[in-house]
Amino acid sequence: MSEGMEEGGSIKKFMYMNRKAPYGTIYALEALEVVLIGAAFDQDVSLAFLDDGVFQLTKDQDTKGIGMKNFSPAFKALGDYDVTKLYVEKESLEERGLTADDLMDLVYEDEDDDWAEKPSIRLVSRDELKAVLADQDVIMSF
Amino acid sequence: MKFGVVVNEGPYTHQASDSAYQFTKEALAQGHEVIRVFFYHDGVNNGTRLTVPPGDDRHIQNNWSQLAKEHNLDMVVCIAAAQRRGILDENEAKRQGKDADNIADGFRISGLGQLIEAGIQADRLVTFGD
Repeated sequence: MSEGMEEGGSIKKFMYMNRKAPYGTIYALEALEVVLIGAAFDQDVSLAFLDDGVFQLTKDQDTKGIGMKNFSPAFKALGDYDVTKLYVEKESLEERGLTADDLMDLVYEDEDDDWAEKPSIRLVSRDELKAVLADQDVIMSF
Repeated sequence: MKFGVVVNEGPYTHQASDSAYQFTKEALAQGHEVIRVFFYHDGVNNGTRLTVPPGDDRHIQNNWSQLAKEHNLDMVVCIAAAQRRGILDENEAKRQGKDADNIADGFRISGLGQLIEAGIQADRLVTFGD
């Protein structure tokens, strides 16, 4: 996002916390709907994935057996909406036997720099995530 | 202080709506401003006027409607979440070809933008849910 946001004052830091598995409850899907609508408001947006929420970003999701729509491809569109900061908590991955290799390749085009594709996913420790959260203005937890 | 309140769970199964109601009532009593109460996920079910709890129990929907009336509260039910769960106002019922509506007094149906806007305008956005 542009530098103007620190000066602007009207731009807030929005953090969407994703803590639940993608299926089993509707929280993850409806959280993503908030993020996509919220992207139109030109705020400074971050997402965090922790607890079972890390499963939302796993690759090769196949929901045929449970009759639900696989909505994980929508995460790939986030970069186009200027949603480029996806914090994934390392401990949550480890506790579930996952590594970064199990996650989708999510990228964004860096319009402010060299227009190169850069990874949106940022692996952070629980302590690092704490610091990120402390820096937010609005936190919505799903 | 300007508060925005978010209710993410339905009535009775979960305490979220009760807690949000108590919080909102007390915040207003203490002279704070509550710029909006936004109902999302199963929270939209707080906005049906068809609930009939036992007479010796609190009436959650009536409580909200009463509070809205007393304080001119803006209570917004998310349209996408509401449509999934069968919460309709007259316009939506007509538009969707349904034979009835069920939105309670004091609630209005609108989009998720109202939630984001509450986050931008409030000093604190307080979420009630799991």
